[in-house]
Amino acid sequence: MTKRAWIVISLCIAAGIALGSQAFAADRIIKIATQTPLSGDQSAIGVDMKRGAELALEQLSGPLTALGIKVELAPFDDQANPDTGVANAKRIVSDPAILAVVGHFNSGVQIPSSEVYHASGLANVSPGNTNPKVTTRGYLEVSRIVGRDDVQGVVGANFAFGNTVKSVFIVHDKTAYGQGIAEFFKQKAEQMGMKVLGFEGTEEKANFDSLLSPILAGNPDLVYFGGIYPQASVLFKQARERGYMGMFLSDDGYDSADAVKIGGASLLDGAGTYYSTVSGPASAYPGTAKFIQDFKAKFNAAPQPFAAQGYDSMGICLKAIENAVKANGNAIPTREAVAKAIRALKDYSGITGTFTFNEIGDPTVAKYFVMKVNSADPAKWNENPVVQTLDIAPPK
Amino acid sequence: MKRFVKSINIREMLRPLGQMLIFSLGSTVILSALMLALALILDRTIVGQALFQRLNVSLYTYTLVNLPQVAIDGLTIGFVYAAIALGYTMVYGVLEFINFAHSEIFATGAFVGVEVLIGLEKFGILSGASLAMAYGYLLLAIIAGMLAAGALAVSVERVAYRPLRHASRLVPLISAIGVSFLLQDLIRLTESLTTGQYNRIMPTFGNFDHRILLGRMTLGATHIALGVSIKSIIVIVSAVLMLMGLNYMVNATKVGKAIRAVAQDPQTASLMGIDVNRVISLTFLVGGMLGGAAGVLYALKFTRIDPFVGFFPGLKAFTAAVLGGIGNMTGEPCSAASFSACWRPTPAPIWGFSPWALPAPNIKTSSPSAS
Repeated sequence: MTKRAWIVISLCIAAGIALGSQAFAADRIIKIATQTPLSGDQSAIGVDMKRGAELALEQLSGPLTALGIKVELAPFDDQANPDTGVANAKRIVSDPAILAVVGHFNSGVQIPSSEVYHASGLANVSPGNTNPKVTTRGYLEVSRIVGRDDVQGVVGANFAFGNTVKSVFIVHDKTAYGQGIAEFFKQKAEQMGMKVLGFEGTEEKANFDSLLSPILAGNPDLVYFGGIYPQASVLFKQARERGYMGMFLSDDGYDSADAVKIGGASLLDGAGTYYSTVSGPASAYPGTAKFIQDFKAKFNAAPQPFAAQGYDSMGICLKAIENAVKANGNAIPTREAVAKAIRALKDYSGITGTFTFNEIGDPTVAKYFVMKVNSADPAKWNENPVVQTLDIAPPK
Repeated sequence: MKRFVKSINIREMLRPLGQMLIFSLGSTVILSALMLALALILDRTIVGQALFQRLNVSLYTYTLVNLPQVAIDGLTIGFVYAAIALGYTMVYGVLEFINFAHSEIFATGAFVGVEVLIGLEKFGILSGASLAMAYGYLLLAIIAGMLAAGALAVSVERVAYRPLRHASRLVPLISAIGVSFLLQDLIRLTESLTTGQYNRIMPTFGNFDHRILLGRMTLGATHIALGVSIKSIIVIVSAVLMLMGLNYMVNATKVGKAIRAVAQDPQTASLMGIDVNRVISLTFLVGGMLGGAAGVLYALKFTRIDPFVGFFPGLKAFTAAVLGGIGNMTGEPCSAASFSACWRPTPAPIWGFSPWALPAPNIKTSSPSAS
């Protein structure tokens, strides 16, 4: 090999070392990705989840900037679609600057996407996925800051039982999330002696006539819907139009002001509409007053449910990266180190609670709420009263 | 005046009404009989027993009690599909290709109509409207939807189909699918730029959600209320009017004669002094307007719309159009029935069917009264 080639190679190596060292500290950039439905019928929640994370990045990245690391947001749109989520996940893991993912609203999207994160050791903090399988696979990379459906379904069933519901018709949306929670609800309801008149999955979004016939024939005390609001609210509205006057109960997928925009006053008729959730209203979290104020100032709209969880998930990622950077002698840490640092966090105090993760990535204690729809005005959705608040540890 | 009254062809006006009546009643009776027979057969099996355990009624009674309501619901949605299907049939009759962009033209009509109503609601006009005014506003929304969808259909034809008029058959078909995707995302883009929302909700006003109770039937321990909502009646009446109007236009007017002539043989028609391009544009205009009106009616009936709302109704209407004779326009106006009986054995047997009544306009062959 000629002398000149050697010079070129050694120059390259030198440049590489120089780039990696602190000589270029100001140029060190890392990214944190978000993956939520930014378009599509669930975008109302997905966009605000991202905005929450964006706000956290703006407010909480100070310590990392002080260490000479610039943090950027890399938002991705999973369209609430598993295929899109996985395709995005592959793009995310192939970008070496991305050290963590805040993400997913739908469990059915998070579960396959996190397989990709897991394969390349990328940490994923979930602000809203409640299906047990999110964490029970035992991946080091996947943690969440909310409760689980095997508890939420039971909370719903307990609430129904407490309201002397004797018969129930269960409908779900055939997704991992909706069917999952509906099955947990059904199991508990049967255990407590409620009569389950039907258990039906449907992907229909407009015309529920064929489903309403058996519901009305059975005339149950309660109709339970496991799934997301665009379907649930249309079903509830059509059921009321057909003269059903019993109670409606749904899950945290129902928690959006759009639900009442679709359902209107019909949700308040009869025995009313309730939903269980893992993301309570602002009043349930003492720390959110400032968040809501800042959010309104920045985005000119009140935050939807799960925006605060987006904020906290981002906060956890930033804090863990900061710890990992310090442990790594102020150099950018590996993805594995970040994943471990997230699990190692003790009593991280966010705006929606104080978080410590257990060995599979569930928060050691999670909050569960049962809420009542109280007004036909979408602007008053955030004022829906809490009927029940429970602090429950994840099942073993 | 007298001459004008004389020139109206009453027979051609009433003929489709009679056909529709006979057809929808006939298909309802036949399908109901089929359902009841199936229920009788299954009554003795595990399906019937499972139902008996839960509701304490036999499957046969259950089916009998539920059938009238199912038939009413099926007819309502059937007429929506029929109104959409007309757009497919018109274009196929004249150009012999399937306008896959029609489902998006339908969606555009729905969006424009709903946006008009949302705008009116924002100014507080809707909430204080009297009953007559409420119907007026609904009519306004339907007309707005029709105009927008008609204009869109004509421009789609001008841009995407006319340059391909003499290309091989598959080419305009591909072009139609491309336009369909383009329009879907254009609606999405416009909505995200202007309102930032994906779901658009039909405002609640007037007495459209009110339900007329027709009767009560006892089923085991409960009562099943048989009823029809005002908006279902509006949907059926408007769809019937549209079908009648279209049939009259195609079969009993001079313009209709031109359309039929172009459908039969464009070259000869142009030799006879018919402006073929204009007739084709007109066909798209009429088909698009009907689709737009159907879109607003769909939004009225089902409340929520999104940019992809056109896909499934479009697919179902396309099926109805094919069954109704999109390919074989024989002498008599055809009728289509489609039968989507879904039977789910566990845990509840659910019966639902939609008889789709579709008198396809008689484009290809002139009927005696008109020629």
